[in-house]
Amino acid sequence: MSKRIADAFRNGKAFIPFITAGDPDLASTERFVLAMAEAGADLIEIGIPFSDPIAEGVVIQEADIRALRSGTTTDKVFEMVKSLRQKTDIPLVFMTYLNIVFYYGYERFFARCAEVGISGIIIPDLPYEEKNECAGIAAEHQVEIVSMIAPTSRERIQTIASDAEGFLYVVSSMGVTGVRQKITTDLKTIVGQIREVTSLPAAIGFGISTPGQASDMAAISDGAIVGSAIVRLIAEYGREAEEPVREYVRQMAEAVHRL
Amino acid sequence: MTNPNGRFGEYGGQYVPETLMNELIHLEAAYNYYKKEPGFCAELEELLNNYAGRPSRLYYAEKMTKDLGGAKVYLKREDLNHTGAHKINNCLGQVLLARKMGKTRVIAETGAGQHGVATATAAALLGLECEVFMGERDCQRQKLNVYRMELLGAKVHHVKTGSQVLKDAVNEAMREWASRVEDTHYVIGSTMGPHPFPMIVRDFQSVISREARAQILEKEGKLPDVVMACVGGGSNAMGMFWNFIPDEHVRLIGCEAAGKGIDSGETAATINTGKIGVFHGMKSLFCQNQDGQIDEVFSISAGLDYPGIGPEHAYLHSIGRAEYAAVTDEEAVEAFEYLSKTEGIIPAIESAHAVAYARKIAPSMDKNQVIIICLSGRGDKDVASVANYRGVKIDE
Repeated sequence: MSKRIADAFRNGKAFIPFITAGDPDLASTERFVLAMAEAGADLIEIGIPFSDPIAEGVVIQEADIRALRSGTTTDKVFEMVKSLRQKTDIPLVFMTYLNIVFYYGYERFFARCAEVGISGIIIPDLPYEEKNECAGIAAEHQVEIVSMIAPTSRERIQTIASDAEGFLYVVSSMGVTGVRQKITTDLKTIVGQIREVTSLPAAIGFGISTPGQASDMAAISDGAIVGSAIVRLIAEYGREAEEPVREYVRQMAEAVHRL
Repeated sequence: MTNPNGRFGEYGGQYVPETLMNELIHLEAAYNYYKKEPGFCAELEELLNNYAGRPSRLYYAEKMTKDLGGAKVYLKREDLNHTGAHKINNCLGQVLLARKMGKTRVIAETGAGQHGVATATAAALLGLECEVFMGERDCQRQKLNVYRMELLGAKVHHVKTGSQVLKDAVNEAMREWASRVEDTHYVIGSTMGPHPFPMIVRDFQSVISREARAQILEKEGKLPDVVMACVGGGSNAMGMFWNFIPDEHVRLIGCEAAGKGIDSGETAATINTGKIGVFHGMKSLFCQNQDGQIDEVFSISAGLDYPGIGPEHAYLHSIGRAEYAAVTDEEAVEAFEYLSKTEGIIPAIESAHAVAYARKIAPSMDKNQVIIICLSGRGDKDVASVANYRGVKIDE
C-alpha cells in the first residue's frame, strides 16, 4: 500500500518537488521521480501535460510542449505511475488542468488514480466554487483534491480551508509559476488564518528555487513546493538530468528538514 | 437564463485559478450595480450614440435581394460603428465599468485586431493605460491593426507561445491578469471566458438586436424569419440573437469558420467538430484531441480562429434554439467579393461568413420572408489577406 498525503507531513516539514510527466520522455520521468524520492522528497507532484496551461510560467509551459511532443498521453502517464509503484511507496499527487480529467471521464480517471496509487490531485483551474464538479467521485476513490489559496483570497481563505482535504497549497505570489527573486506576500498571516480553521498541513509554492527560500517558506508553514527550478534542470540536461535533479532535491530537502 | 453561478444549462461556470476568483466576484457585483445605475447608463448611452455612432443602420440590401431571388436581405450595419466593428459596443461598456471600479489599466486579447483596436480606443478616450495581447501569426496577417493600436497609445504584446493565434493571446492575457489584478481589468472581447464575462459581453452587445428588432418592425411591420451572424467566440451573434430569443419563430443561425472544410482537419468550426470540455474559464464546446488537448484550429479569418465557443451558444445549440452552419474559407472569400461588387460594401472576412450562408439559404426562401445579417465589421483590414488568398501581391 502506498503512502497517503498526510504521511508526507508526519515527520515534520515536507519538501514537495514537481515534475512534468513525459519531459523529455516517460522513462526518464520515472527515473527522475525515483531519484527525487531517494534524495529526500516527502511527496511528489506529477504534472500531466496540457496544451494550454494558463497558470504556468514559461518554464513549465515549455515542459508541457516537450512532453506532448514526446507522445505523452494520460493513459501512458497512468502506466508510468503503475510501474513507479513497484519501486517506491512515496505519496504521489497529480497536477493537471480540469479538461484533461474531464475528458478522460471523472469516474474512469479517479478509479485509475486509486488503482495505480495516486493519493491526490491539484487542479489549478478548479476553484472552490466549481469543486463539486468532481469532488464526490474523487472522494469515492479516496483521491484528495488539493485546494489552492492565493495572495488575493482574503476572506475566502477560511471558507476554502475549512472544506479542504490532503493539504493546502498556498500560492506565494501573484501570477504564474516560475522562479522569483523575492516573495513579498504576507504568508505568515495567511497560514495563520488557515490554522485557525483546520489541522491540515499548508505548504507554500510558486517562485521558490533556493534552499534559503525553501527554508524560509517551510519555517512559516508545513512545507515548500518547487517546480520550475527542477523543470529547468530537466530542460538543460534532458535525459541526463537524473543526477543534477537528485543533487538539487537533496539540498532543498535538507534545508527544509533541518527546521 | 443565467443562474447565479453563471450557467447556461450545463455550460459556463468559473474555471479559473484561485488568484482570479475574488476579482471575478468583485466584477460581478460591480457590474450588477452599475448596469442599473442611471449615471453609468446615461454615460454609456452618450458614448454609444455620439462617439461610436449608434444606432447603427438597418440597411435593405436590395441588389443582393434581387440577385438572390428569394428572401429580403437586410444588413445590420455594425461595420459603420466607430473603429469599424461591433467590438466597440462592449469595449466602451467594459472600459467605463473598469474606470468606475477604480482600475487604471486595461488588458485585452485580440485575434483580427478589431477588439484590440476598440479596447485601445476606449482606453484612450477614457484615460486608462492599455496593453493588448495578440498572437504573432495574427500580428503578421493584421499588421495594419497592430500599428493602429500603437497609434492609439496601446502597447501590443506579440504572443509567441503555442500556435501564436487568438487562443494563445487569451492564455497570455489571463496570465497577465493573474499577475496584476489589483489595478487591471481584463476586457474580454467575446461572450466567453469565466462568468460574469459571457453575461457582461452579451448584455453590452445586445444593443444590436434591441435596435434591429425595433428597426425591422418599423420597416417591415413584422419580425424577421431569419437572423444570422458569424460566430467565433460569439459576441456579435449573441448581440444579434439576444432580443429575438423569445420570438420562437425567428430562426437564429450562427455561421462558424470551417477553414478548409469541417473534415479537413484545418477548421475552426467548434459546434460542428468540437466536444464538451473546460477551457479558458468556461465549460463549453472545444476543438480538442482524444486526450483533451486543445487543437490548433484554422481559418482565414483571424477573428474566428478560436477552438471554442461562448457557453451561451453551446446552450442555445443544445436546446435547439439556434442553428450553427459551417462556412469554408473559399465561400467566405467569395462572399467578401460578392458583397463588395453587389452592394459596394466590403465586409470583414468574419462577417463574410454570415453573408456566404445567406447566399445559400436566401434563394430558396419566399420573397415575403426576411433575413437580417449582422454585418459585424468592415473589411478594410482584410483586403491584403484576401488579395494574398487570391494570389495577388499588394504592398500595404
